[in-house]
Amino acid sequence: MKRFTDLYWRLDACTGTTDKVAALREYFASAPPDDAACALAVLCGARQLRAVSTGQLRHWAAEVTGHQPWLVEESYAHVGDLAETLALLLPDRVPAEDGTDNAAEGLAAVVQRTIRDLRHESDDRKREVVTAVWRRLGARERIVWHKLLTGGCRVGVSRTLVARALAELAGVDPAVMAHRLMGDAATDGAGFSQLLAREPTAADARRPYPFFLAAALESGDVAAVSAALGDVALWQAEWKWDGMRAQLVRRGDDVTLWSRGEELVNEAFPEVVQAARGLPPGTVLDGELLAVRDGRLLGFAALSKRSGRRRVPRKILAEIPCLFVAYDLLEAGGSDLRDRPLAERRRLLEELLPNSFADVLAGGDAARTAADRPHLSPLVSAVSWTDLAAQRAEARHRGVEGLMLKRLAGAYGTGRTRGEWWKWKIEPLEIDAVMLYAQAGHGRRAGLHSDYTLGVWHEGELVTVAKAYSGLSDAEIVEVDRIVRATTLEKHGPVRICRPTLVFQLAFEGVSHSTRHKSKLAVRFPRIVRWRRDKEPAEAGTLDDLKRMIDSGGC
Amino acid sequence: MTDLLQVTESGLYCPAGDFYVDPWRRVPRAVITHAHADHARPGCGRYLCAAPGKLVLRTRIGAASPIDTLRTGESLSINGVRVSLHPAGHLLGSAQVRLEHAGVTWVVSGDYKLQADPTCAGFEPVACDVFVTESTFGLPVYRWQDPAVIAAEIDGWWRANRDAGRTSVLLAYSLGKAQRLAALVDPSIGPIVAHGAVMKMVEAYRASGVRLPPIDRVPPRARRVGDGRALVIAPPSVLGGSWLKLFGASSVAMASGWMLLRGVRRRRGFDRGFVVSDHADFPGLLAAVEATRARRVLVTHGFSDVLARVLRERGLDASVLPTQFVGEAAPDAADPEEDGGGDDDAPGGRGDDVGAAAAPAAEVQAP
Repeated sequence: MKRFTDLYWRLDACTGTTDKVAALREYFASAPPDDAACALAVLCGARQLRAVSTGQLRHWAAEVTGHQPWLVEESYAHVGDLAETLALLLPDRVPAEDGTDNAAEGLAAVVQRTIRDLRHESDDRKREVVTAVWRRLGARERIVWHKLLTGGCRVGVSRTLVARALAELAGVDPAVMAHRLMGDAATDGAGFSQLLAREPTAADARRPYPFFLAAALESGDVAAVSAALGDVALWQAEWKWDGMRAQLVRRGDDVTLWSRGEELVNEAFPEVVQAARGLPPGTVLDGELLAVRDGRLLGFAALSKRSGRRRVPRKILAEIPCLFVAYDLLEAGGSDLRDRPLAERRRLLEELLPNSFADVLAGGDAARTAADRPHLSPLVSAVSWTDLAAQRAEARHRGVEGLMLKRLAGAYGTGRTRGEWWKWKIEPLEIDAVMLYAQAGHGRRAGLHSDYTLGVWHEGELVTVAKAYSGLSDAEIVEVDRIVRATTLEKHGPVRICRPTLVFQLAFEGVSHSTRHKSKLAVRFPRIVRWRRDKEPAEAGTLDDLKRMIDSGGC
Repeated sequence: MTDLLQVTESGLYCPAGDFYVDPWRRVPRAVITHAHADHARPGCGRYLCAAPGKLVLRTRIGAASPIDTLRTGESLSINGVRVSLHPAGHLLGSAQVRLEHAGVTWVVSGDYKLQADPTCAGFEPVACDVFVTESTFGLPVYRWQDPAVIAAEIDGWWRANRDAGRTSVLLAYSLGKAQRLAALVDPSIGPIVAHGAVMKMVEAYRASGVRLPPIDRVPPRARRVGDGRALVIAPPSVLGGSWLKLFGASSVAMASGWMLLRGVRRRRGFDRGFVVSDHADFPGLLAAVEATRARRVLVTHGFSDVLARVLRERGLDASVLPTQFVGEAAPDAADPEEDGGGDDDAPGGRGDDVGAAAAPAAEVQAP
């Protein structure tokens, strides 16, 4: 536990990637394999088990410290991190009489004893174990342990850095290590040792490839896009579907379907897995899971009812049928195609998949039921950037988020390498809205009021329509924080109701009906574009403005 | 019965004695708890402060107005109100103001800490009927460690930097904290160098009889300073300017109570944060209140609503005193109380009146 705690705080303190990689490498070189496997799962953001709820922790901390529960909540609202709040509130460490030291216990053992084994125990037993560990750990260790305990241990390192550190340690290429880390990598000490093997291992067979990610085009302006990307003929254009990115791996007798979070989602999409059985072994497809019924896209909300399930009830299976739209071929006949140009990969993909998704949308269910394979992502053809821009402008009616642009000569990269893949999203909808409530943020923004609830005018009143967390610069957030404190009318726990003085320009992707806000409307993916210092609250937008956006296809 | 002190547009006013305590506007007569900018504004007709703080206050408000002083144990009658000043332990010359009139005693704490400080007299509890307390760190997460432990941490950081040839830049408020830190660190590690704003106050401290280790001033037009061995003490306002470039390779640390929180440390992007404050921590606030044996407590400046509620739960008549002291504690606010004036000669520095124009605080009780 001490070694991992040291790693946690060392990573927290250093800012450069070289320092972070060095810290990781030293940790993995010195930690026992079981601890290393456990740490790796945490660092890679694997879903963590929970033995106790945060509510229980708060409750027990209040009992141990003698503070009223409201005071624990006030503290949490200020600190913005529950693990840290509790660590700071609890009394100082008391050394054990027999000299035993919880900090000396290995990470894997701590996780086993205080999380895995504790999960099925009674609440009294949980309380006993937790409060006993509290007495024996210092504040630094407590924070890390709380994070493990509540399943929220995130460290500020990317998987790429973890892969780099392990690659250096194993003496293999970072890309190979990145691939090995995909999916359910090392779960125990033996698995971790295999990870460091110099030669390919059996476990490599099920693994998906690291996803290649697109960067966003900053400007929607045709001239700017044209200047940045060159001849339109060098690019492949597709619709950017509002689905769930996934990779379909068909190798040997197996089909595995992986989400971008690298979780195996076979159980959630049985019909997709079934349809993929028709693919020849040694095939890997990159694409998008979409919910479609009777030739109509059901949207992301419907899709979320399918994802994350271990078993899908028959009723939901029928109501929300899903399919896989493939847009890239990463492996064919067992060979890795990622270095080949997109134009070639696309040609092979078209040969492999006779059914286009365009037919599904055009022809209803007939095309769909006939499919024994995933569907091909249709191309959007255009003679010029102006032509393409015109198609993009109408895209909102298609239920897509915009266009994807991929360089035809480009390889399938790793991570977010800029320049090869771009997303050219639809221009967002916008409205000027007034800040009504503010709440302190978390992490880097702990103690700063950085989360805002915004409203627009309706019949002489401001009604809430959105909560936005992002968009202002750090300096602006500090400034807004000061204004929030000075204009607070009421405090309800961590939420402050403010005198309306601030106007923000709010961007969003769509408007729909909702019961969550007073306005009966909700906007999708709201974010603040800028602070309208030039506007008074009276000049902000109205609910009627938003309703008109629904009518004009903004839903 | 009217209160001995009332909040007015110009500040905390004593109608019986016709004077103000730490007024935020120019008034004829001001009793000053300490010389930080939001407690001691220039331009009043006449000032009263504790004797040890006279030179420091003079440095802050300029030469224009007369300053009267009281030593500990002395008192003065102003229009029938008996006024005495008692050490608050916040910085040199910081005082609690005791007022007695018609058999009722009030004490205004100003800012205070209970920890020992080699550069000023320690906090002395004063029995009273009504206690006006600050609450900057009035949340139970704020508990300070022994200053000796923090001093050892700073020394360790300085020593490691020195051995690596990196200058150690320690950011701290130019009045009070900077001098306290200079007195806490081990001067045998290397030379101590101060920013002009800090140096001005170092000189005022020395002239007041406070012993500090040798401290060099950063020459006004220097192009390069030191060889990576020095500890440089400077106000936070040097951040973002070119002044820090004088020192070449450096490690920048901040000394403040807010550094206790990881989020604040990360957000501000310092290499290190040392948790050292000249305010009382949460247990310190509770202990100070208890020691006064006051039945009524008015809480201001900080987590006022939280501390008032805690005190009410302990059976005291406690409420929030709405003052203009910046509204509320905020880890990122340009806190004029701590980050006060004297920084005007800093590149990119802020004037004395930072935050003075802030809207009146709307301190609202938690429902």
